[in-house]
Amino acid sequence: MTDASLSPAAAPRAGLIATDARTRKRNAAEKRFRAYGICAIGVGLLFLVFLFTSILRSGLPAFTQTVIDIEFTVTQEQFDTAEGKMLKTKEYEKLFIAALEGQLQERGLEVAFDGKAIQRLVGKPGGTIRSYLQANPDRLGAPISFELAAASRVDGYLNGRITRDSLVDSRFLQASDLDLIDALQQADIIKGAFNWNFITGTDSGVDNPGGAGLGASVIGSFFMMLVVLFLSLPIGVAASIYLEEFAPKNRWTDLIEVNISNLAAVPSIVFGILGLAVFIQFAGLPQSAPLVGGLVLTLMTLPTIIISTRASLAAVPPSIRDAALGVGASKMQSVFHHVLPLAMPGILTGTIIGLAQALGETAPLLLIGMVGFVAREYPEGFLSGFTDANSAMPAQIYTWASRADPGFYEKAWGGIIILLLFLITMNAIAVVLRRRFERRW
Amino acid sequence: MNDMRILERDVDTKEVKIAARDVQVYYGTNHAIKDVSVDIEDKTVTAFIGPSGCGKSTFLRCINRMNDTIDVCRVTGDIRIDNQDIYDPRVDPVQLRAKVGMVFQKPNPFPKSIYDNVAYGPRIHGLARNKADLDDIVEKSLRRGAIWDEVKDRLNAPGTGLSGGQQQRLCIARAVATEPEVLLMDEPCSALDPIATAQIEELIDELRQSYSVVIVTHSMQQAARVSQKTAFFHLGNLVEYGETGTIFTNPVDPRTESYITGRIG
Ligand SMILES: Nc1ncnc2c1ncn2[C@@H]1O[C@H](COP(=O)(O)OP(=O)(O)O)[C@@H](O)[C@H]1O
Ligand SMILES: [Mg+2]
Repeated sequence: MTDASLSPAAAPRAGLIATDARTRKRNAAEKRFRAYGICAIGVGLLFLVFLFTSILRSGLPAFTQTVIDIEFTVTQEQFDTAEGKMLKTKEYEKLFIAALEGQLQERGLEVAFDGKAIQRLVGKPGGTIRSYLQANPDRLGAPISFELAAASRVDGYLNGRITRDSLVDSRFLQASDLDLIDALQQADIIKGAFNWNFITGTDSGVDNPGGAGLGASVIGSFFMMLVVLFLSLPIGVAASIYLEEFAPKNRWTDLIEVNISNLAAVPSIVFGILGLAVFIQFAGLPQSAPLVGGLVLTLMTLPTIIISTRASLAAVPPSIRDAALGVGASKMQSVFHHVLPLAMPGILTGTIIGLAQALGETAPLLLIGMVGFVAREYPEGFLSGFTDANSAMPAQIYTWASRADPGFYEKAWGGIIILLLFLITMNAIAVVLRRRFERRW
Repeated sequence: MNDMRILERDVDTKEVKIAARDVQVYYGTNHAIKDVSVDIEDKTVTAFIGPSGCGKSTFLRCINRMNDTIDVCRVTGDIRIDNQDIYDPRVDPVQLRAKVGMVFQKPNPFPKSIYDNVAYGPRIHGLARNKADLDDIVEKSLRRGAIWDEVKDRLNAPGTGLSGGQQQRLCIARAVATEPEVLLMDEPCSALDPIATAQIEELIDELRQSYSVVIVTHSMQQAARVSQKTAFFHLGNLVEYGETGTIFTNPVDPRTESYITGRIG
C-alpha cells in the first residue's frame, strides 16, 4: 500500500489545509487497516472469553463436594450391640438413619425414605461410621459430627445438571430421593464444601467420580517435568552453543540444522511410539512411569529449546564477540563470559515455554501407558516417583473425559482448570525471569 | 594537504615490529589481499588508507589473526612480529591477541560496568595478583585512554551508558589494559563527532610513545595528522608505502595521487 511515484505532480499542489485526493485515499486505507486489526483482536478476545467461561462453568463444580453433615451420639451400649450382630455395618447404618429421621422430624420435615435411598445418596455410611468409632472408642457417648460425601448424582441435582424433569429412575437415583434431598437441604444437613480431595487425592474407580482427585497425577507430571528439565536444558543449550558458536558452517551442520527444524514439526504421537519402542520395549523401562514420559517429552522439547536458544545466541551482536576475542579471550571465554549472559533471557523463556508445552502434551503419554492407568496411589518415595507407574495431568484428564459416568465430566473440566493454572504460573515465571535477566544497558 | 606539521615531524628509522611478506587473503574465491609486503615500525603510527573495500580491514585483521574467526577466510604468506611467524601452527591466536590489541570501528564496550570492561582482559590473563593491583591497572589504563577524569566517579556505571566518543576511549583503555605491544585500530573515529575525533587523535599520538599503532582511516586529513607512515591500498594491492609527508605531497604512483586529490575513492 505504498504509493511511491516518481512522476512529477500533474496538477499544482493544493495548500496544506486542504487534503488532496491521494492523501485522503491513503488515510482511508490506514483507517481501514486499523479497523481490521481491532476486529482481529476482538475475535481473538471473544474466543478467549468464551473458552474461559465455558471452562470455569463446567469445571468449578469439581472443586465443591456435596456432603451430608450430621451430628449424633452413639452410646457404648449401641456400639456393643452392633458389634455383636452378624451384619455390623447394617446396624450402624440404622443408627445413622435414625439420627437423620430424628433431626428431620425436629425441624418438622416429614419425608419417607428407606435404607436403599440412603445408599443411593451416600453409599454405605455404616462402614465409615464403624471404622471411625473403632479408631476413636473414646468418642463413644459424646456427639460426633460426621461429614459424609454425597453421591455425584446428588451433586448433579444440586448444581442443576440433573432436574426433576430430566431424571430417569435408576438404581443410582430416583424421583422420590429428590424430596429427601430437598428436605435435607432445608434442614441444612446437606451442603456444599470445598473438595480438597480433588486437589490432593488420587484417582478413584470408574464408578466413583466423587472421590476422584488429581493429586497423584500432579506428582506424576512433576517428576516428568524434572526429567525434562534436567535433560533437555543442558543438552539443548550445549547443542545450540556448539552449533551456533563453534561448528563450522558446512553441509553437515546444514543437514543437522534442517533436521532439528523438522523435528520440531514432528507430531507428538510419533515421539510416543518411538518412546514405546525404544524406552519400554528395547530398554525395558517400566510402563506408565514418569521417567519414560519424561524421556519422551525431552525428545519433544529439545528442538524447541535448541531453536529458541540458537535464536537468542544469534541475536547477540557479533561486536561483543569481537570485543572479547580482541582482548585475547578464547572462544569459550567469549561465549561463556559475554554471549551466554546476554542470551540468557531468551534461553530461559524458550525453555519454560518448551516445558509448558510438554506439561500439556497428551498424545505421547497415550502410547507409553500413562493414559488409562488408574493412579490410585502416591509414589512411595523420591526415586520411586520416577519409576512407579503413575498418570500425569493431561493423561488423567483424558482418562476422566473418556469414562462413562457423567460425574467424571466435570472432573475433567476441573482438571483442565488446574492444568491451566500451572501453565499460567509457568508463563508468568518466564516473564519474570526475562525481566530480571534482561540487561537494560 | 600541505600540512606543515608533517614536514616538521622528524622521522628517524626505527626497529621493524611487524614484517609481512607476500600476504594473500582469500574470502572463498574472492582474492581480497594480493601480494602485500610491508614493514611496520615500532613506536610509530602507521596509517592504512584507500577506497572502501580495498582490503584495509582485512589486512589489519591478519595482524592479530581475527580473520581466523571467519570460516571462508584463508591467509597465506608470512607475517612476523618481532621476527616470530604469527601463523606458525604452534602459535596460539588467543595469546597473540593479548599482545596485539584491537580497537574496532564501532565502539563495542561490554554490557558491564566501566571497571569490568577494563578489568576483563587483565583478569583473564592473570595480570593482577590482587584487587589493589587490578585497581591500579584499571586506573592506569583509563588514564592512558584519556577518559579517567570523566569516569573516575562512576566506575560501576555501565560502559554502554557513555557517549560514543567516551565509549571509544573506553575501548582503547580496555585494549591497552592487557599491555599489548601493537595496537590495531580499524576506523576508530568513523562513528564520532569532530571533538571526540580530536581527542582520540591526540590520544593516538601519545600511545605512539609505547606502542606500534596501526590505524585504518577513511579520512586522509586524519592520516596526515596522526601518522608517520602511510600505506595506500587499492583493490587489494599495496600501491604505495612510505613517509606520510612524502605520500601526501609527492606520491610516486599515479593511483595514489588521484586518490589523495579526490579523483578515485
Ligand atoms: N567477512 C567477509 N566475508 C567475505 N568477504 C569479505 C568479508 N569481509 C570483507 N570481505 C571482502 O573483502 C574485500 C575487502 O574488504 P575490507 O577489508 O572490509 O575493505 P575495507 O576495510 O578496505 O573497506 C571486499 O571485497 C569485501 O567484500
Ligand atoms: Mg573496513
